[in-house]
Amino acid sequence: MVAPNVKQVLVKQVLVEQALAEQFGGLLRVEDASREGVLILSLPADEIHEAARIVKKSGGRLAAQWATDDTPFGRELALWTAFAVPDTGPDAGPDTKIDRFILIRSDVPLRNPAFPTLTGHFAAAYRFERIISSFFGIDSIGHPDRRPWVRHEDWPDGFFPLRKNVPIDAPFVRSNGSYEWIRGDGEGVYEIPVGPVHAGIIEPGHFRFQAVGENVLNLEEKLGYVHKGIEKRFESLSWKEGSKLAGRISGDSTVAHALAWCRAVEDMAGLLVPPRGVWLRALFLERERIANHLGDIGAIANDAAFAFLLAQLSRLREDVLRLNRALFGHRLLMDLVVPGGAAADLDAKGIEAIRTEMDRLSSEFERLVVIYDENPSLQDRVVTTGIVTKKTAADLGLVGFVARASGVSSDRRVRFPFPPYDELAVNEALRQTGDVNDRVWVRIEEVRESIRLIREILSLLPGGSALPSDGLSIRPQPGRTGLGIVEGWRGEIVTWVQAGPSGEVSRVMVRDPSQVNWLGLERAVLGNIVPDFPLCNKSFNQSYSGNDM
Amino acid sequence: MNDPLPYVLTIVQAAALLLLAPFMVGWVRLVKARLQNRRGAGPLQPYRDIRKLFAKEAVVAANASWIFRFTPYLVFGVTVLAGAIVPILAVDLPLAPVADVIALVAIFALARFFIALAGLDVGTAFGGMGSSREMTIASLAEPAMLMAIFATSLITHSTSLSTIVAEIHKGVLLKPSFAFALIAFVLIALAENGRIPVDNPATHLELTMIHEAMILEYSGRHLAMIEWAGMMKLMLFSLLGIALFAPWGIAGTPGGGSVVLAFGVMAAKLLAIATGLPVLEMGLAKLRFFRVSEFLGVAFLLATLAILSHFILER
Repeated sequence: MVAPNVKQVLVKQVLVEQALAEQFGGLLRVEDASREGVLILSLPADEIHEAARIVKKSGGRLAAQWATDDTPFGRELALWTAFAVPDTGPDAGPDTKIDRFILIRSDVPLRNPAFPTLTGHFAAAYRFERIISSFFGIDSIGHPDRRPWVRHEDWPDGFFPLRKNVPIDAPFVRSNGSYEWIRGDGEGVYEIPVGPVHAGIIEPGHFRFQAVGENVLNLEEKLGYVHKGIEKRFESLSWKEGSKLAGRISGDSTVAHALAWCRAVEDMAGLLVPPRGVWLRALFLERERIANHLGDIGAIANDAAFAFLLAQLSRLREDVLRLNRALFGHRLLMDLVVPGGAAADLDAKGIEAIRTEMDRLSSEFERLVVIYDENPSLQDRVVTTGIVTKKTAADLGLVGFVARASGVSSDRRVRFPFPPYDELAVNEALRQTGDVNDRVWVRIEEVRESIRLIREILSLLPGGSALPSDGLSIRPQPGRTGLGIVEGWRGEIVTWVQAGPSGEVSRVMVRDPSQVNWLGLERAVLGNIVPDFPLCNKSFNQSYSGNDM
Repeated sequence: MNDPLPYVLTIVQAAALLLLAPFMVGWVRLVKARLQNRRGAGPLQPYRDIRKLFAKEAVVAANASWIFRFTPYLVFGVTVLAGAIVPILAVDLPLAPVADVIALVAIFALARFFIALAGLDVGTAFGGMGSSREMTIASLAEPAMLMAIFATSLITHSTSLSTIVAEIHKGVLLKPSFAFALIAFVLIALAENGRIPVDNPATHLELTMIHEAMILEYSGRHLAMIEWAGMMKLMLFSLLGIALFAPWGIAGTPGGGSVVLAFGVMAAKLLAIATGLPVLEMGLAKLRFFRVSEFLGVAFLLATLAILSHFILER
């Protein structure tokens, strides 16, 4: 056995926190080190980009950036930065697959609120900082793109809806601004505007192509047409009502979003979930994953005019949804994940029904996988189309099946295992090329894995109640925060909540996977031809609603 | 030529095309649905669609010129005219000397030319994109089509459809050149009619469309006429294929009994094509756009082989 390079091991064992502490000395303060896997620090806003550099060097990722208006606490604005860093602690092996989260809070003054941009280190900051600038009026100095994010040309100047002094029913005065597109020029370059309203029944989003003939030179997305002010709306709801709204952020991920919300609230309030509730939630999450992946694989094939797979996979998906309705009362399992546990239970007959369903689903699904894999005309469309390289995926900080198709390990069930996944040993589906075919294959392997997990969950399902027996009261300390991280079917969801001075909902931040993955689509289509865009787009299948919030 | 029957037949033929084409498309869609384990709409659905479209208001873009308004009528009229030329029920119809196969190809080209112009006329990105793609495909499909037809013309020493059909009837069949020409013709017919694997008639994805992209701006009666003409075109290509490669049953001389028989035989053949087409489409995905040139290149090559093999093997 060859001894590993000593220096390498040493470098690996230097904690990011140590590096940060060495760099900033007294400027860096530990706010809360009591939570498992999450460390909350504070640092002046001017130093954040330096911290980002150190995190980047250690292989970390920018998971989210958001702001809060802390005037109810007698403070001013604050900037929060969440990094996910690979665990390099003393117990970690050389290829550890566990991540930790480092949250850094920075005070930002109300007068001329600004901080230096992180876009130089993390491309994902591009959208986070535009959102912060639009909703809080906090300027990110040096950001390459000053256009409003969801506030398109119609939105008034100086209107920062997430600040506390803006009431939820504040009148919206349209203004006549302009929106500058990135333009291509040269002979034969032309522009194709697509949307925001499309021919199919999908959500609205505008795509602008610069193309020469059929070759795509650039794609620019303009999203935000379904901005509903969800984060503001949360602030006028109770903690219990919040899970309903969270379940409606993106309808296809209702379980995942509700679960992320509940985990954040439970983290904040220190609530314990009965074991049966924990396991039932995982059952819902895996059923949601199966239903969505089945639909997606069929829809991708259909975009290549291979309608057979769509018809068959839609049928299988429908069976899953119908059994959901029969057993749990809702096809999409909406409102079943609630703070404290799960709002539906399962009896022995139900367990048997799911087992039978999984057996049938598994055998029928495998037959369709063979058809997908062995049809040369379909393979010709999906292989090498819409490639996202591993480097691009890592640079952009992509998450979910998009990242895994490009070979970037990102499954939070493996890398930040929330219960019960810490007892389940999930096999992460990883591919290498990052083309449409790989994004299909990650889904195929995840369907197989979810079927396996469901069988395991059913056999390990603990007894007892799915909800706390002594009722539920959520009374957090003022200003206390909570973080919920969940691997939904689309990828990592980060939900962060903060309690107000009297324990009410003060601020909620939800980072849907779409908020980072839409960036990946802009890269995936480069070098492809215009008619292949729908195929690339469907293989990403990002949420408009989850992105626009 | 004082016998009125040929004239009546011409009208009957065009009317049959007009009335039966939607059924054929409805049948294709029904078979396709059944192959996917879907129930599908009945074969009469295209009639309802056409009726619905005629009842709807035609919305025309403010900057549309006369070309945009004129095109649906031209396309529709030209397609019906083509129906009077192809020997469907009988040969030696009154219009037969007027138009041979080359003129027929030209008639289709005329319709396509105007649709492409109309696609450009309104000035939307999709229309222009569709026109550009349609013309790319046309520039490859039309020469291949002519080559395939020349192959049959060489064998029968005529470009007149009536003569070709009559000659083939006499028994100049089962030659290798015919097999090549037939396969070439099938490939071209798929491309010309916007079927899978070249185009997807059922798609709603603007960016992948070819034919649909050009007519995206049409609505109401304009769209009804273009759609109807598209259905007739599919039937015409089927009929042309039958006339060139399997003409048995077409009445040699116009006459009562033989025409009735011809009608029955023709219906059976069409139904066979309308059943075979979705079966073929079922197993195929749509080609990458730039692969279409290879697809049509193969068609051109096969048509060329048909001509060569005729000279080498059959003279």
